[in-house]
Formats: sequence, structure tokens, C-alpha cells
Amino acid sequence: MALDSQAVAKIARLARIKVSEEEKAHYAHEISGILQWVEQLGEVNTDGVPMLTSVSEVKLPWREDIVTDGNQQEAVVKNAPASDYGCFVVPKVIE
Amino acid sequence: MTLRTLTLSAMRDGLLKKEFSATELAGAHLDAIEKINPDMNAFITITRDKAMDMAKNSDAKLAKGQGGLIEGIPVGVKDLFCTKDVLTTAASHILDGFKPQYESTVTTNIWNQGGVMLGKLNLDEFAMGSSNMTSHYGPVKNPWKKKGSDAPLVPGGSSGGSAAAVAADLCPIALGTDTGGSIRQPASFCGIVGIKPTYGRCSRYGIVAFASSLDQAGPITRNVRDSAIMLNVMCGHDAKDSTSAPIAVPDFEAALTGNIKGKKIGIPKEYRPDGIDPEINAMWDNGIKLLKEAGAEIIDISLPHTKYALATYYIVAPAECSSNLARYDGVRFGLRVMPEKGNLNDMYEATRAAGFGHEVKRRIMIGTYVLSAGYYDAYYKKAQRVRWLIANDFNEAFKKVDAILTPTAPSAAFGFDYKPSDPVEMYLNDVFTVPTSLAGLPGISLPGALNKDGLPLGLQLIGKAFDEEGLLNVAYALEQAIGFKGKPV
Repeated sequence: MALDSQAVAKIARLARIKVSEEEKAHYAHEISGILQWVEQLGEVNTDGVPMLTSVSEVKLPWREDIVTDGNQQEAVVKNAPASDYGCFVVPKVIE
Repeated sequence: MTLRTLTLSAMRDGLLKKEFSATELAGAHLDAIEKINPDMNAFITITRDKAMDMAKNSDAKLAKGQGGLIEGIPVGVKDLFCTKDVLTTAASHILDGFKPQYESTVTTNIWNQGGVMLGKLNLDEFAMGSSNMTSHYGPVKNPWKKKGSDAPLVPGGSSGGSAAAVAADLCPIALGTDTGGSIRQPASFCGIVGIKPTYGRCSRYGIVAFASSLDQAGPITRNVRDSAIMLNVMCGHDAKDSTSAPIAVPDFEAALTGNIKGKKIGIPKEYRPDGIDPEINAMWDNGIKLLKEAGAEIIDISLPHTKYALATYYIVAPAECSSNLARYDGVRFGLRVMPEKGNLNDMYEATRAAGFGHEVKRRIMIGTYVLSAGYYDAYYKKAQRVRWLIANDFNEAFKKVDAILTPTAPSAAFGFDYKPSDPVEMYLNDVFTVPTSLAGLPGISLPGALNKDGLPLGLQLIGKAFDEEGLLNVAYALEQAIGFKGKPV
């Protein structure tokens, strides 16, 4: 699958990464090359093969559904670029 | 001989016999780091005050005959582990100024057992790379150089700073992480030992996530014994990571008997592709010969889906990375770029455009694409099925053998000037390490030989899931037989 600049623009939008026109063309070239390379997997017959969902055959442990942590408001917002009253501050989203 | 050239186990013995103190040990390393690091760039952050406090604490414990398994031993930490109140960057601009308010489980285990933190080590941005060239903090110089040349070489990646620091005697042990080869390939490039344990052996809590079904922590050390000691410290179930295995951790150091008589070692024919460097082939053949002389039985095996491992990896890993890296949005930590009169979406897009490097952006976009509606089945599901076949190849092989021997990487360390125009060429560095990662198996790299340029080449041993004991013992026997003495000049 070869991608064009328009397809890259769409992916970049989905990934929330701003790309310039020049970058779009560059990424289109690079990503197309990688996609063509991974398409070799088409040679492998995977009929009836399950998807690998976990590499270890260990049963994941369960735990009680109880509160194990909390009262960390100060620590949670400590690294925020902007915070006020213990909340994250973002640009206005509702008019 | 200086204190800095000692192995971890020799340092441990010296501290117990009071031949030197933890403070002297930390001081010697910090002085060397401050002298050498401005050129080498292995450390992003040096934590001198913290190190000296921890070392004093260790000396007090040792004086009372107390202390943990590595009491007073200096440790370098890959800057992918969250360390409380200490800058943690993942070598990315987007984590500018990030000081975690919690400590990763693996580093907690290390401090609980007496480790002394020297600082945070350089890496490829978000651990995505095989050369350490994608770091926002610049490349790391490998302490090894080609004979008769002064041109800088890469230390490999992504744990490039960790491997370079251990090879240059800036720390006896360093923490790394391995997603597709990021411990083993740099260990190979720097002439030292690195082990990626079985997926689930170490907790991933507090490790900046890249590809969660592959990421695993491990030590980079001078020898196999030191790796065994470090696994004793690092491994164990952690309630904070549901994928960490709830199974008992054996004494890995006690498993090092050096006796491998009757052990069956598999040699996969697929790891000898056309055009492989003859020096690497020769090193591999020598490893086979030495294991045979040590009493092991050599068995030819086949891992038929090996050639599809890299392509599988470059669907699965970017898919997981695009999901994991969605958290960097300029809201909760790190960099925020706010375009004038912009809205929330503009802020996300501008922050991520400025904060991520080229390689990371490309992987996020590939991951976004292969997970997007209409392409998910053709790419992601297909890759997860092939991944099952790759894991199954190993399952079948391990019915016949106890461990598998291969080269670690298809080349020795390359120069800073190696910049392939096709990204796939760089990905080929991990051709021998990625299959193990996809199958979640433990793999260790140890120095096999020096090539004609005087650069180290690594041998990889692959073990059964959760059989690090058996794997380390074969590695230990092979290490003794090879007797590698190379050091960078």
C-alpha cells in the first residue's frame, strides 16, 4: 500500500501531530516503504491460526475491588504545565 | 587496577571485607563520570548528592553487618525508569522537566537492596532505535573504536547510554529495557553482558511504556554472574503490574554451576542468512565448538517463521506505541505548545509536533494507520497471527533443546555517519533479537570475539520461558570457555 500526502494528513490528524506540507511528502515516502516491506506477511498462511494475545501462559492474578491509593491530588498535578485549584488547566472547550 | 574496573561481585566482596567503603566507590565513579561524560554523553542526569547520601547510608548499614544483596553498589539507571523527584526524560523533548512523583518497582527493588544511584542514562527517544541516535539529548559515544581510527561509533540502542557507561567503567551495572533487542544489541556493540528476562519476570510499573506486550527490564553488566545477582534483585511479582508473573523467583546466582554436560543446545539454520558477515559466522561456529567441548549436545533446529519476525514487530510495536504515547498531550506533564488563538486540538497537535522526534512520530503514525478502521484486520490482526506462529516455532524447538545459540546482531558497532535513507535498513540491526521478544522468551548477549577491526561481537543464548536459571548457567559455561578479555582502549 502506497500512501500519498493526503493519507498522511489524515493519519497525522488522527494521531494529533501537526505536519507541514514538506513533512507530509517525506512521511508518505517513508511510511509507504515500510508498509510495502511489512506486506511480506501476506506470504504466510495464517488460516486457522489464533492471534497471539499473551506471550506468557501465566494466569493473571485477580485482586479485591477496593481502593488501594488516593488523596494524591497535589502529586497528580505537580508536573502539569498549567494547573489551578488542584485541577489541570486546558484551553476553553465549551463556548 | 582501580575500584572502577571491579565486577559487581568483586565490589560486593570488597565492601563486606571493608577493603573500601561505599562512599569511596561512589566517589570514584562520580569523579570519572564528571570527567568522561561531557564527551561520551552516556548520562543525561548525574545525581551526585543523592548518590553520596545513599552511599553514606550503605556504609552505616555495612558497619553494623547489615544491608541488602547489593549494598553500596553504584548503579546507572536508563532514563526510562521513573525515579521519584529525579528528572525522567525518556530522551524526549516532550517530557521536559518531568519529575515523577513515584518510583518504578524495579528501581524500588534496587534501592531496597542497597543500590546507589549514580544518575540517569541516555537512550533512543522512548527506546525507539538501535543506535542511540534518536535521543533528544544527542548521541552517545561507544568507548570502543576501530583499530587505527578515531571516528566515533554508536553504542547500539536503545539502552546505548547504559551499555557505554558499563563498558567505560562509569558504573559496574546499569539498568536497561528491551522491547526488540534494546539490552542485547547494545551489550553486543559494547563488549559486555546484557539479559532480557522472560516477559513478566520484572514489573513494568513505572517504566515509560513503549510497546507493553514486549517491554521488559533487565541488567547490563560486566559478566554473567553479575547479571544473575541483578536478576535476584530486580525480579518478582508486583501487584501494580498485572502482567508481572506471580511465580517464585529462584536464586539465579546459585544456578551458576558451570556444568552443562548433556545440555541440548539448538542451532537454528535461519540465523545464517545469505550475505551474513563471515566474522560473525566464525564467532558463532566457535561458540558452538566450545559448548560441545564443555559437554553440551549440539542439535540443528529450524525456526521457520524467523524471516517474518521483523515485519511482524514493525506492526505490533508501532501499534502499541501509538496507543501508549497518546498520553503526551501537553496537559498532565512535560512540554506544552500553545499556538496563538488555538483551541485544545491545536494545542495537542502543536505540542506533539514539537515534542516528538522524527522516528517517534513516524512510528506513532504507522501504528495509528495499522489500527485504523479498514486496515486493522489486514495489518494488526495478521501480525498477531504470525506472531503466534513465531512463538510456536520456539515452543516446538524447546521440546528438543534446552537453549538456543545465535549471534546477537548482524554487525559490530557502526559509525555516527551511518544514516541509511531507508529506515528498514536500521531495523535490520534487530533481526536476531526481535523473534525472542515477540515470543516473550529470555535472551542474553555475551561477548563472543573481537573482529578484525578490534570491535566486540556478541553471542546470544535464548532460553525457555522462566528458565533464566538454565539460560544463565549455559551462558556462564560459555563465558568461561570463551575467556573474553577485551576492553576498550
